[in-house]
Amino acid sequence: MAGDERQGTKMSPAKPGGDFKISPHGDREIVMTRSFNAPRQMVFDAMTKPELIQRWLLGPDGWTMPICEVDLRVGGSYRYVWRHSDGKEMGVRGTFREIVPPGKIVHTERFDQPWYPGEAIITAILTETAGRTTLRSTIQLSSTEGRDGMLKSGMERGVARSYDRLEEILATN
Amino acid sequence: MATANLDATFAALADPTRRAILARLAKGEASVMDLAKPFDMSQPAISKHLKVLERAGLISAGQDAQRRPRRLEPKPLAQATEWLERYRKFWEPSFNRLDNLLEELNNEEKRKEKRHGRR
Repeated sequence: MAGDERQGTKMSPAKPGGDFKISPHGDREIVMTRSFNAPRQMVFDAMTKPELIQRWLLGPDGWTMPICEVDLRVGGSYRYVWRHSDGKEMGVRGTFREIVPPGKIVHTERFDQPWYPGEAIITAILTETAGRTTLRSTIQLSSTEGRDGMLKSGMERGVARSYDRLEEILATN
Repeated sequence: MATANLDATFAALADPTRRAILARLAKGEASVMDLAKPFDMSQPAISKHLKVLERAGLISAGQDAQRRPRRLEPKPLAQATEWLERYRKFWEPSFNRLDNLLEELNNEEKRKEKRHGRR
């Protein structure tokens, strides 16, 4: 809770991992929340301007985003392609359904890889309090088959690791 | 893992009381009475939740006929939460990077303001 340190001189950077939270809602929705030490226009820009997106939306270490195209208008589409240092590639595309700068973006998401069939709909809401911005992102899969497909592909990598996170995931938000 | 089971698993996980029960059982088995205590709920109400969790395969009841302690069945739960883990694995490091980017942008903005003679 560093909300009152307005001057930014002693603002300690968020702990590793920040206040990231992720939990299931029903059987095909995921809700993620995370707060940032910046006004929401800045966070909105970082989420929508290609030259900024390319600097952070990279997932685990080792990935870059050589292709990042964003046509930020309702009905406009976006296209991201990531490349790993080992040559692997991963791509996603989608369409914007609602854009209300700097507070709301709704877009679809479909991965090139068959992680899950169908589209997910992402609703991102940004709220600002005392210079801090909270992002709340809801990911709705089009079907439970999508979720199951994702689970199945995850299963191949083993599930032991996720058990470590159990208590956190079960925390009643 | 059958889809029907998974739906039951996620339906079971959607309720905060049931998530709290699972979190409690993650620390060790407990009787219905133990479980009812922190929730300010009647035993029948807790039993209802336990039934849902049991049907979803997330918990099981022990042999002791008197206490029938409930315990967590970690595997189905871990399978269900793997779904979330995939997202976490991508978003957590991304958001940490975004922290750094935002700090840079903030500093840039401050420098610009200074140059324009404001503080």
